[in-house]
Amino acid sequence: MGLAIFWFVAIAALWTGFFVLEGFDFGVGMLHRLVGRTDAERRVAINTIGPLWDGNEVWLIVAGAGMFAAFPIWYATMFSGFYLALVVLLVALIVRGVSFEYRGKRAGARWRGTWSWTLTLGSLVAPLLLGVALGDLLYGVPIDASQEYTGDLLDLLTPYGLYVGVTLVLLCAVHGAVFLALKSEDAVRERAERAARRIAVVAALAVLILAVWTQVAVDGRIVAVVLQVAAVLAVIAVPWLIRDGHAGRAFAMTTVAMAATVVTIFIDLYPRVMVSSTNAAYDLTIENASSASYTLKVMTIIVAVFLPLVLLYQGWSYYVFRRRIAATDLEPQGTDRPAPPPTGLSAPPTAPAAPAGD
Amino acid sequence: MSQLDLARLQFASTTIYHFLFVPLTIGLSFLVALLQTAWTRRGDEAYLRLTKFFGVLLVINIAIGVVTGLVQEFQFGMAWSAYSRYVGDVFGAPLAIEGLAAFFLESTFLGLWVFGWGRLSKRVHLATIWLVALGGVLSAAFIMAANSWMQHPVGSTVTSGRARLTDIWALLTNPVFVWGYIHVLLASLLTGAVVMLAVSAWHLRRGSETQVFHKTATLSTVVLLPTALLAMMVGSHLGVIEDEYQPMKIAAAEAQWDTCQPCSFSAFQIGGGSRDETPDKILEIPHLLSVLATGTWNGQVEGLNSVNARYQQQYGPGDYVPNVFIQYWSMRVMAYLATLALLLALWGAWLLWRKKMTTAKWFLRLAVWSLPLPFLMNTAGWLLTENGRQPWIVQGLQLTKDGVSPSVSTATVAIGLSVFLALYVVLGVVDAMLMFRYARIRPAPAPSTDEHGRQQPAMTY
Repeated sequence: MGLAIFWFVAIAALWTGFFVLEGFDFGVGMLHRLVGRTDAERRVAINTIGPLWDGNEVWLIVAGAGMFAAFPIWYATMFSGFYLALVVLLVALIVRGVSFEYRGKRAGARWRGTWSWTLTLGSLVAPLLLGVALGDLLYGVPIDASQEYTGDLLDLLTPYGLYVGVTLVLLCAVHGAVFLALKSEDAVRERAERAARRIAVVAALAVLILAVWTQVAVDGRIVAVVLQVAAVLAVIAVPWLIRDGHAGRAFAMTTVAMAATVVTIFIDLYPRVMVSSTNAAYDLTIENASSASYTLKVMTIIVAVFLPLVLLYQGWSYYVFRRRIAATDLEPQGTDRPAPPPTGLSAPPTAPAAPAGD
Repeated sequence: MSQLDLARLQFASTTIYHFLFVPLTIGLSFLVALLQTAWTRRGDEAYLRLTKFFGVLLVINIAIGVVTGLVQEFQFGMAWSAYSRYVGDVFGAPLAIEGLAAFFLESTFLGLWVFGWGRLSKRVHLATIWLVALGGVLSAAFIMAANSWMQHPVGSTVTSGRARLTDIWALLTNPVFVWGYIHVLLASLLTGAVVMLAVSAWHLRRGSETQVFHKTATLSTVVLLPTALLAMMVGSHLGVIEDEYQPMKIAAAEAQWDTCQPCSFSAFQIGGGSRDETPDKILEIPHLLSVLATGTWNGQVEGLNSVNARYQQQYGPGDYVPNVFIQYWSMRVMAYLATLALLLALWGAWLLWRKKMTTAKWFLRLAVWSLPLPFLMNTAGWLLTENGRQPWIVQGLQLTKDGVSPSVSTATVAIGLSVFLALYVVLGVVDAMLMFRYARIRPAPAPSTDEHGRQQPAMTY
């Protein structure tokens, strides 16, 4: 049981790490059209997360795989029960992922506009659905005695779950806006600062309502309430910090707010992992959903060896890319020169100035 | 179609699609790392231009490989929840290790490599591409360990209706894993080499940057020759191992209904649909099946009917014969195309030796057209492996039909399948379009460097 509890904490930490890290790149994706009016400005916004987003997304993969290894029953019930929602989530993540890579590969306005919109929508839908899923774990969905989900798609759209989703989207947005304020220059930075100040007010209100709703709906723990209040205060501080030019501190605040909000879901869940709205006796718990102790032991050793290593090199990559990005840093890209005819024997055209190592 | 058929189709399409990109990524990242090493050590600008040129092709593909990997990771729980419940204790562990040990490494260092030009010192930057390659190699290891357990479950017991891991080391020393993993790595290198050779040949034939592309034509040929040969030898040995643990797989690959000794190998057959026990076998090569399946000249190969009868006694009534038609032809497509790849490499090596590569019109033309070979081979190889395990999802422990999600309806799976298929088609078209476009432009001139000898930073999105 001891190791199973450790793994519950580990899974909670992985989800929290995912939202803290991918949260701001979701936010940047959502806002890049808003903070960037021209193509160059949008590219500045996207390039602030360019080297980072892929590594951030691995936190989700590891959270999912960690559930599979440590709590197979939880993984099986949740992923099969949330089937259609996960299809939409995967589409959002797939489309978003390739948008980064493909947007700059051609110059046409329509091409770039399309991938820009898919990036925006994907970045919006993904945290919304993940929020709904996390909210539902706590609020409860129909699960029967054999630990199977018995509801349909509509049973997933609980008001509480939806509200958790909206709250997380707002937190991602403010987190992303502050990140942009921290990492960009000029017009993009100014618009990001303005956006951060405005969204922060809404996000603080949203987290406050979440705290109250959680008390009413699921009778949350006191420590969770304390954390939620801390999250509200952290977000409220953002507009002042941004106004005084402390974007770094503001980013620390949104990090705290995001982490606190996600962690409270797991605190209120404990010792359950997925609540059954059918009957409390059918709840999935740490005890009845976990793997045997040998697997947990192996996984604990693995995580103890690799996670510090991951934090080290991921932290280093954040350090390498710590500088602000301005439009002057961008290299020229993607002329719309037509590809040579496939059968012709003429020499192919030269690439534009430097398509470079990507 | 039933929910089971749809779920299988969804799994097959996602996995096949995912594995179009993965071996290319693994192979190409290794080759690009070699190019960049050549640049770092020799300072020849041509290698820098080639590194960046093939780097673009690499990154276009990694994008799809990564995002389809998400579906791969999620679909066990989504469509195969009964399977996930049953095996999570064993199967989930290598998957989680893959994420922690490999995906983080690959993704983080890919970001550092793509955006690190001019920000990292030459040597550190070179290290990042090698770590990307290492990440790919490691991820293949853990997913292969997981898959090999499904082919030959070791290091586990079944208690109270669930498989339990008892020995992680046994999972990692599973002979099916060890040989299957080497086979996959060689196939990946072969894929990268054929693609690099095809692209280089296209340019050489047009006389564009002949000196530059002669380098990659040489590199890819030099890599392709031993890789193709070793892939075939390791594959053949893998057949011997599989015959020991999964006799059904090998018997079906020859459509061998009756036990034989010694056994001949047929080059082709006419007929041989799933239940046709008397196909017309053409060009039978004596003793070859014995050699392939047992490693001995006169080895005995147990026929499908005999294995089926044995399994019925062991596991209860049922039909334990996989789809023989798929099995027979996927084996041959894989082996015959591999032979073609080997011949191409031999031809290329001979041309290199005679210093005639750049003017060999027919070789260059064929090299371009060999582009689809590795993708067809890889797909056929996995069909052989996975179809040959049927009707089991985990050999001898759980039947595929018992693995699907009981809570997911047929309509739901149908929706998921159609959505994914539509998305795969769109992404496939876009990816192919970009690949062709970027494979046919002339490599950019070497970028300017600042006074410290560093290149300008690359902010390339």
